[in-house]
Amino acid sequence: MRILLNNREEEFSDKSISVSDMLILKKFSYKMRIIKINGTLISKDKYDSTVIHDGDDVQMLYLMSGG
Amino acid sequence: MRFSEVKNHLSKFTVGIAGAGGIGSNCAVALARSGVGTLVIVDYDVIETPNLNRQYYFKSQVGLMKTVALEENIRNIDPEVKVISHQKKLDKFNIAEIFSGCNIIVEAFDSSEMKEMLIETVQILIPGIPIIVGSGMAGWGKTNEITSRKIDDTLYVCGDESTEVSENMPPIAPRVGIVANMQANLVIEILMKIKY
Repeated sequence: MRILLNNREEEFSDKSISVSDMLILKKFSYKMRIIKINGTLISKDKYDSTVIHDGDDVQMLYLMSGG
Repeated sequence: MRFSEVKNHLSKFTVGIAGAGGIGSNCAVALARSGVGTLVIVDYDVIETPNLNRQYYFKSQVGLMKTVALEENIRNIDPEVKVISHQKKLDKFNIAEIFSGCNIIVEAFDSSEMKEMLIETVQILIPGIPIIVGSGMAGWGKTNEITSRKIDDTLYVCGDESTEVSENMPPIAPRVGIVANMQANLVIEILMKIKY
């Protein structure tokens, strides 16, 4: 499947993957983040149960401490 | 457009500021100078001397509540700006009530856990209200790595999205001020597009 990840096209061999799988596959390790799929915010407790499909628009934002 | 017209337009709006530290104090002052009508400022902390390396407070204000001192500083800049301050810690249960009347919310927390909690709560409980996040402003230099990015109509981020505050990477006035003022600039940009 192909998705948009932060406005860039990304390809995965699976037909659909969970948010948790995508984080592992892409080696995104940093813990504090916001993820939105097609404009809907996915809270952390839904990363395992939320599935990303072909054509989805995934936006991810890292939250760094400091302010 | 003349500044008097900009100020007149901005005076009709209310901006929420979650946290009154380095980001919150500088952003609030920039918005007050620009003419934003009402600021809802929330913080539970007291000013300490190390804060003075970046936060919009003065030596004489050490020991005061940040909300009290910030209200005083804004009054000294422009007494017409209305400040509604809350001396409390924001959580999942009070965010919607405190910020529901705001046109925009500025995320101005220090800890990344609090940033995450605020963004999730705002986007789920009061969707539609844009939130401007600050992320990545530690250290010095690397000016051109600081950017602002629109994720969608309700979520924007300012900062380098990579530097994290630590013992050897402290937050210092210039980069914190750049991000705080970028957030204020985005607030103005969004408000100026709203017809009132």
